[in-house]
Amino acid sequence: MSETQYLAAKTIEEAVKAHSKANGSARFLAGGTDLLVQIKSGIKKPELVIDVKKIVELNSIKELSDNEFVVGASVSGANLNRNHKFAKLWPGVLEAFRLIGSEQIQGRASLGGNLCNGSPAGDSVPALIAAGCKAIIAGPDGRKEIPIENFHKGPGKTILENGEMLVSLKFPKREINSSDVYLRMTPRTEMDIAVVGCGVNISLENNICTAARVSLGAVAPTPLLIEEASEIMVGTDLNSDVLDKVAALCMQACNPINDKRGTIDYRTKVAGVLLKRSVLIAIDRIKGN
Amino acid sequence: MNEISNKWIGKNTVRPDGAEKVTGRAQYSSDTTMPGMIWGHVLRSPHPHAKIISINTKKAEALEGVKSVITSKDIVDFPLDKPVMLGIQDMRWMCRNIMARDKVLFHGHPLAAVAATTEAIAEKACNLIEVEYEILPWAIDIEDAIKDDAPILHDHIHFDGKPSNIAGTLEHKKGDIEEGFEKADVIIERDFKTEAVHQGYLETHSCLVSVAADGRATIWSSSQGQFMVRAMTSFLTGIPQSNIRAIPAEIGGGFGGKTIVYLEPLATVMSQKTGRPVKIVMNREDTMRASGPTSGSKSKIKIGATKDGKIVAAQGIYYLQAGAFPGSPIRGAAGCSLAPYDIPNAHTFGYDVVSNRSKVAAYRAPGAPIGAYGVECVLDEIAESLKICPLELRKINAAKEGTKAVHGPVFPKMGYIETLDAAINHPHYKAPLGKHQGRGVASGFWFNAGGESSAQLNITEDGNVVVTTGHPDVGGSRASIANITAELLGINHDRVSVLIGDTATIGYSNLTGGSRVLFASALVVTESAQIVINQLKQRAAKIWGIDEDAIDWENGEARPAGDNAGKFAPLTLAEIADKATATGGPIGAGYQVNTEGAEGGFATHICDVEVDMDLGIVRVKRYTSIQDVGKAIHPDYVEGQLQGGCAQGIGWALSEEYIYNKDGHLDNTGFLDYRMPVCSDLPMLDTVIIEVPNPKHPQGVRGVGEVPLVPPLAAISNAVYQAIGKRSYSLPMSPPKVLKIIEGS
Ligand SMILES: Cc1cc2nc3c(=O)[nH]c(=O)nc-3n(C[C@H](O)[C@H](O)[C@H](O)COP(=O)(O)OP(=O)(O)OC[C@H]3O[C@@H](n4cnc5c(N)ncnc54)[C@H](O)[C@@H]3O)c2cc1C
Repeated sequence: MSETQYLAAKTIEEAVKAHSKANGSARFLAGGTDLLVQIKSGIKKPELVIDVKKIVELNSIKELSDNEFVVGASVSGANLNRNHKFAKLWPGVLEAFRLIGSEQIQGRASLGGNLCNGSPAGDSVPALIAAGCKAIIAGPDGRKEIPIENFHKGPGKTILENGEMLVSLKFPKREINSSDVYLRMTPRTEMDIAVVGCGVNISLENNICTAARVSLGAVAPTPLLIEEASEIMVGTDLNSDVLDKVAALCMQACNPINDKRGTIDYRTKVAGVLLKRSVLIAIDRIKGN
Repeated sequence: MNEISNKWIGKNTVRPDGAEKVTGRAQYSSDTTMPGMIWGHVLRSPHPHAKIISINTKKAEALEGVKSVITSKDIVDFPLDKPVMLGIQDMRWMCRNIMARDKVLFHGHPLAAVAATTEAIAEKACNLIEVEYEILPWAIDIEDAIKDDAPILHDHIHFDGKPSNIAGTLEHKKGDIEEGFEKADVIIERDFKTEAVHQGYLETHSCLVSVAADGRATIWSSSQGQFMVRAMTSFLTGIPQSNIRAIPAEIGGGFGGKTIVYLEPLATVMSQKTGRPVKIVMNREDTMRASGPTSGSKSKIKIGATKDGKIVAAQGIYYLQAGAFPGSPIRGAAGCSLAPYDIPNAHTFGYDVVSNRSKVAAYRAPGAPIGAYGVECVLDEIAESLKICPLELRKINAAKEGTKAVHGPVFPKMGYIETLDAAINHPHYKAPLGKHQGRGVASGFWFNAGGESSAQLNITEDGNVVVTTGHPDVGGSRASIANITAELLGINHDRVSVLIGDTATIGYSNLTGGSRVLFASALVVTESAQIVINQLKQRAAKIWGIDEDAIDWENGEARPAGDNAGKFAPLTLAEIADKATATGGPIGAGYQVNTEGAEGGFATHICDVEVDMDLGIVRVKRYTSIQDVGKAIHPDYVEGQLQGGCAQGIGWALSEEYIYNKDGHLDNTGFLDYRMPVCSDLPMLDTVIIEVPNPKHPQGVRGVGEVPLVPPLAAISNAVYQAIGKRSYSLPMSPPKVLKIIEGS
């Protein structure tokens, strides 16, 4: 019976040091809504649990300049929801985050935890990728910034090395006439895991698309950025032909598995449907409908 | 009863268990602890089917903190050649289900247990037990289990003269179906399939057992019957029933799943061996893997009708999964499926099929939802092909007083047609539908039940009332008993306290199941109350010095019966109780009997769905259940029962299923992937309570809790058809399946 040690780190340095020293047997703890469940069911058996919620930077929301947000890795869904400006600028990110669990889970769950857990079906991840968000990582050798689309390596695997922790999520300065959307398919209305998730982030000028990012979750070993989507979308009015093309692209990009949660065939079809629906909602949001 | 004023019967009084439950104070079985208590853990089979060559427990026993290790050797063996029945359960299967002998028959099958000072040590010790297996081929699905070359689970079970996984059959016949089908203008025959589904009770199985130095055992556990727990534990441990006291805890859901034991005998044996109280709590995974869901099924339904909608012949052939041991609810499927209809020629046949799954347990109206599913879907097709409204079709053929049911009995007065009329006239049935929406209807029947029941009704010294009965309260029996007692004694409802006794404090009472509890306990409480009222009259007679026949009991008081009896001011219950010592001692009475006169219940449901045509997602938009409940003693609770059944039916129809992987392991043992509906998946579940009192019961009670799970599977399927224009013949109607049907591939 190895006992698990608990450390509530006060600073990033303390957390990083303790994690490095533990040589792979430590785990960071944010809301614990993944980690504690995994410990309880025996999937993970850390010798050291490092709570990061007491580190101020990880638990705060900052606006660096007008419309440019940095969200601490362990900020809870309930807290982010209270920031009305963020909610207005990034409705898709917030709706993805708010889909996670129930009211009780929302009081604990964080964007950082959702990202670092490494699930290809994590709901906030496609929305973060679509947003063009960057992960700010602290480690023994200092800080670095990584685009979210490069953060995952496979189911349950991220680029974080021993001693590295996620500090915050840095959003690009929000342009006007832009909006984002996240849709997921789940059999139940709530308390479920995405069979497919789709994040879309677009900008319009006079009804013409000037920027677009599309991301899919749960259809491949890692969440995907559909890079060619923006090439097809930018410069068009996002008419149904364009959407058909992007939907086909999304379906091509799918590399899902057959499992109890969905078949390859079904997941692939759903990806196309969600893409089209997401873009239409995003256009509506920009137009203020 | 129906002629009296009904001051309390039919009123939504405050539920007696409410405050404790919402404040978290109610005692569930896993809340119980004792000084010196140790923890049990069960070792379970990693294989779906294997011979046990050897079990070596030495290393486990040597681990520090381990107090006891047991295997099937420590459980009473019931040889295979002779059935030993307790109700519908055979101890031959029960002893092998709680602890595998010779063979493990499903993934998760218990084969040893450890008691240790902590749960973690007990679990670690289980992993130190060395088991040598000879792995055998396995069969999970019915098709695989009934194939000619199927792996046989039990060599001694024969069908058609050779070893088989068909463990039993059941047949009902009426008239001549060949002749009947010849008269039909339209005949529809379809194959249906349903998956195994779990009751989904939130409280997992758990118990605490303390065997004292004198050999007497006390069991605290979560079950639907403390007497069932006592009897099964006695059978499986050899301790006489008189030396076992089973104390029922509040129950966190059962729905039929807690009508057998899994842990109590193991904890009892380990407590016996160690002299320490032993607690075992099953986790969710083990509950899903190794407790009993209800059967998955395949069935073939054939119904023939004339042009004017008269059903002339019907046949239902059902194959039900029993799990690893015989005993699937074929009686419910074959017996209930055609019961709502007056059909001259009918035939139902059920096959009980064993396979390498956990042994099924009861689930609300066991078998009946499976039976009704196919029949009610085929009726929908008949109505469509004859261009008759589906509710009218049911009305044309409805069973009524005097109809001889296919399963045997002749129905007394009952309210099936009333549910159809209420459905036809309900605003829901006429409401307009939106795009991709559809409406379906279906009916259903459940037998209901009587059986043994005991009650004790005591007047306290201060003139209040304590009633004790012997059935765990799963759906409002305490609140209803309080209403009935207050009504009979003519006193305020809040002066009645209703308790559930343990096996030492109340007489034998059969388990809570079959929708029998209020039917049966109201009968014995009514009898007890009559005796007590007579006692009260005798005491008043003594005080007044007049004949007891000259006294009436009215409005909670003894009164002289007319002027000839003499002029006395009425004596209240409290005044009589106050003088009890002087007039003969304590006032109270009990009654126990095998209750008879249970009568079936019928329901008709209306369901609207909306289908996402691109994603195949079905959402229930509106739902109305209409049921003849006999008499609603506590209408809120009745409504809750109806709604609960509909919610579970929606889960069964749309999203719940046992999924086995290629290794024969259950692949969805948690609520994330075993998809019971959550609140937001359900619309408001509307109810209409019809009251056609059971003529054989003093308050008209029929039983309520099981009928509501019978119609939903077909009502929802029929609604989906109306929405998408294509029919589904298998459940659950999950999004990928529905999308495939929409796309026609
Ligand atoms: C009932 C329930 C419902 C759920 N529903 C959903 C859902 O709908 N969609 C969904 O996507 N998820 C869902 N989840 C999963 C979970 O809630 C989310 O993934 C959540 O965002 C995790 O955040 P957390 O703060 O609780 O993470 P934690 O559990 O604290 O951590 C998760 C992982 O990230 C690591 N980690 C945490 N913080 C850091 C850091 N700063 N640096 C490095 N590593 C870190 C941890 O070590 C751990 O491995 C659900 C969980 C439950 C229990």
